[in-house]
Amino acid sequence: MAVTKKKTATKKSNTIKLKFDTSWTYAPAPESKSAATINKQYDLFINGEWQKPLSKKYFDTINPANEEKLSEVADANAADVDKAVKAATNAYEKSWKKMPAKERAKYIFRIARIMQEKARELAIIESLDGGKPIKESRDFDVPTAANHFFYYAGWADKLEYAFPNRTTEPLGVAAQIIPWNFPLLMAAWKIAPAIATGNTVVLKSAETTPLTALKLAEIIQEADLPPGVVNIITGAGATGAAMVNHPDVNKIAFTGSTDVGKIIQRAIASTDKKATLELGGKAANIIFEDAAIDQAVEGVINGIFFNQGHVCCAGSRLYVQESVAKEVIRKLKDRLESLIVGDPMDKNTDIGAINSKSQLDIINKYIGIGKKEGAEMYQSSCRLPSKGFFCRPTLFTNVAQSNRIAQEEIFGPVLAILTFRTEDEVIEKANNSPYGLSAGVWTDKGSKIFNMTKRMKAGVVWANTFNKFDPTSPFGGYKESGFGREGGLHGLLPYLNLKN
Amino acid sequence: MTICEICELKNNYGKNDKKSSLKVSENGLENKTSSKRLEVLKTYKIYIGGQFPRTESGRYYFPTNAAGKKLANVCLSSRKDFRDAVVKARGAVSGWSGRSAFNRSQILYRMAEMLEGRKAQFIEELILQDGTKAKAEKEVNLAIDRLIYYAGWCDKFQQLFSAVNPVATSHFNFSVPEPTGVVSIIAPQGDSLLGLVSVIAPVIAGGNTCIVLASETKPLCGVTFAEVLNSSDLPGGVVNILTGKPSELTSWFVDHMDVNATIYCEKDSETKKMIREKSATNLKRITFYDKINWTTEEGQSPYFIMDTQEIKTTWHPVENIAGAGGGY
Repeated sequence: MAVTKKKTATKKSNTIKLKFDTSWTYAPAPESKSAATINKQYDLFINGEWQKPLSKKYFDTINPANEEKLSEVADANAADVDKAVKAATNAYEKSWKKMPAKERAKYIFRIARIMQEKARELAIIESLDGGKPIKESRDFDVPTAANHFFYYAGWADKLEYAFPNRTTEPLGVAAQIIPWNFPLLMAAWKIAPAIATGNTVVLKSAETTPLTALKLAEIIQEADLPPGVVNIITGAGATGAAMVNHPDVNKIAFTGSTDVGKIIQRAIASTDKKATLELGGKAANIIFEDAAIDQAVEGVINGIFFNQGHVCCAGSRLYVQESVAKEVIRKLKDRLESLIVGDPMDKNTDIGAINSKSQLDIINKYIGIGKKEGAEMYQSSCRLPSKGFFCRPTLFTNVAQSNRIAQEEIFGPVLAILTFRTEDEVIEKANNSPYGLSAGVWTDKGSKIFNMTKRMKAGVVWANTFNKFDPTSPFGGYKESGFGREGGLHGLLPYLNLKN
Repeated sequence: MTICEICELKNNYGKNDKKSSLKVSENGLENKTSSKRLEVLKTYKIYIGGQFPRTESGRYYFPTNAAGKKLANVCLSSRKDFRDAVVKARGAVSGWSGRSAFNRSQILYRMAEMLEGRKAQFIEELILQDGTKAKAEKEVNLAIDRLIYYAGWCDKFQQLFSAVNPVATSHFNFSVPEPTGVVSIIAPQGDSLLGLVSVIAPVIAGGNTCIVLASETKPLCGVTFAEVLNSSDLPGGVVNILTGKPSELTSWFVDHMDVNATIYCEKDSETKKMIREKSATNLKRITFYDKINWTTEEGQSPYFIMDTQEIKTTWHPVENIAGAGGGY
C-alpha cells in the first residue's frame, strides 16, 4: 500500500489512476501437487466400501485451470442410488439409530480430526479440481469444513437441550445433493448435522468437483464409521433425480440453483419427504456515505470476487450512496486492477479458474447482456492464462434496477453497481428481488445497521464485513433463495422430528 | 531414611513392580533382568502457572490406601501456594477468556486425547488408591468422555443461554453469558479423577481459570491430570492444581479477594456455613455440588457451566424510520 499512499499524496484530482505496471511483480509461489494423492479412477463409496458402479460408466473430472484430466469417477445410475439408499437404510436401522449419542459424537470428532490432519492434501485437491485459489481452499474451505464436523459432533449428545420440552427423533435417510462451488465445505455442511442428529446419508457431489468428497469418503473409512452411515456417490443430474425420487429417502437436502430447487419441491409434493433448499441469491451490498470507504471497498471486492464469484451469497449488487459513488467506483477499479488472476495453485492468486466451460459461457453471456442493456463495463487489464477457463474481474456501472445483470444470478466475478440517495430508497431496491439469501451494509452508524438488518429481507446480513461463515452461525435464505437453515443450533432442526 | 522406611516404600510400590515386570515380559524380554531393575518412583508435585513446583512450605504428607500402604510423599500446599496460584490464574483470565470458544473446544478435546493416551497410568493409580480394575477403567473412561462432552459445550452453551430481548423501545438488546473470572475449587474428595475432571471442565469450558484442591486422601490422579493438562495446549495458569488438606486450605480458597467464585463439593455443613460467610467479603459466587453423583448423567450439564458465568446485557439504538421495505 506504500505505492497508494505516495500517489494519493501527490494527487491532483480525486480520480487519479494508479499504475500497476511499474510496481514489482510477484514471483510464482505454487503449492506442490505432490502432497496429494489422486487415484486414476474412483468407484462409489457405498456401505463402507468402494463399489463398482452398476452403470459401468465413468466420467472425467478435469482441472479447470489447464483442462487436463485429473481422474475419472463413477456415474451412478438409479440402481446404484438404490443400492446406496438401501445401505443407508440398513445402517440407520441396525447401527446408527441405536448407538448411544455420545459414541456417535466421537465418530464425528474423529472425522474432524482426520480432516485437520489431511488439511493440506484436501486443499490441494480442492484447488486442482475446482479451480479456486489455494489460499482460499487452504485458509477457508478446508478448515471451515473440519470445524463444521467438530461443531456438530458436540451436538450429538446434547439435543435435549436444543429443543426444550420436546424429544427429538432422526428422520432416517437423507439424500444430499451439493454444488460445485464449495465441494468439501458443502459436504461438511450436509453430512455433519445429519449424522450428528442420528440420520444416515447418501451424498452426491457435483459433476465437476467430485474429488474432495471422495477423499472425505476415505477419511470416513479411516475413522471406522459403521458401514452405510455415510455413502458418497458421484454422477450428474440424473443421479440426483434418482435420489430425490427414491421412496426410502426421508429427507432431501439440496444446495444449488433455484430452478432445480423448484423441480425438487414439485417432485416430492406427493410424499412426506422433508426438504432443505439452499438456492440462488443476488445479494445487495450497500455502502452509505458515512462508511469507512477503504474498508467497504475491500469488503465489496471480497464479497463479489471471493471464489471467482461462484458464491450463492455473493454481493453481486452494489448500492452506493450517490455522494460517495464516484470515489467508491474509482477505488473499486483500482483494486480490481491489483487482483492477481491466474493459476489457482499459486499462493498469491486472488482469482482462480472458472469452474467449468459451461459456467464460463454463462458468465460471458451475462457480460454481453450487460453491455447490450446499456451498462458501462470495466474489466481488469490483467493477462489471462492461455489454457483453462478464466474470466477477468468485471464491474458494470450505470446499471438500472430492471437490468438483467441486476436481477439474475450470474455466479461469476461480475459486479453490478447502482446508486441511491435515501435509506428508504435503497431498502426498496435491495428487497426488490425474488432472492433473499444475504445482504451487506457498510456504515459507521450502529443504529443504521440495526435498522437495515431489521428491514432487509435476507437470511444473513453482514454489517461492515462480508462473506463470513462459522459453524455456529445459521445460514440460509428468505424467499426464492430457499428454506431451512444450515449451521448453528438452527441447523439441527431440518434433520429432526420433534415429539411431545 | 531408615532401613525400615525403605522396606516400607518397597512394599508400597509392590503392585507397580509386578505390573511393570509383567509388561516387560509381554514384550518378550528376559524376566530376570527386569526384576533386578530398580523402578524409578514418581515425584508428585503441584501445578501452578503451567509449572510443577514443590510447595513453597516444604511440607509433605503421605496418604495411605485402605491396606495402609503409603501412596506417595505428597505436597502439603500452603496458603502461600494458593496465593501464588491465584496470581497465575488471574493472569491467565484475559488470554483464556479471549480465545474463541471454538479454540477452547479444541483444547478440551485435546485434553481428552491426552487422557486417553495415559489411560493405563490412571488406572494403575486408581487401583493403588483402592479401586478395582473394572471400577478404575470405568472411572477413566467416564473422565475422558466428560471432557469430550464439555469440549462440545464450549461453543454451544452460549446459544442456549443468550437472548435477544424484545424491549419496547427502539433498541437492539441482547444478553450473553461471560466467564466470571477466577474460580477456586475444592474438588470432590471421595474420588481421585472423575470428580476433579467433572468440576474443572465446565469452569474452563466457559472461559474461567481456576485453582483446584485435589482429593486429600486420593491425590495421585490430580497430579497426573496436571501432566495431561500440561501437554494439551492449555495455557499455563488456566488450571492450577494443589494437593493438601481442605481443613487447612478451604478458608483461604474462599477468603481471597481476587477470587470470583468458589465451588465446594462436600456435605459438611460447618464448612458450608463458613464458605457462605466468608464469600460475603467480596460477594463471591458460591456453588455447592454436594449431592451429585459424578458417575451418572447428572454429573454433567451445561448448567454447571452457567454456575460460573455472568450475564451481560448490551443496549444499542436502532434507527426507527418507518418506510419501504417491510412489504416484501
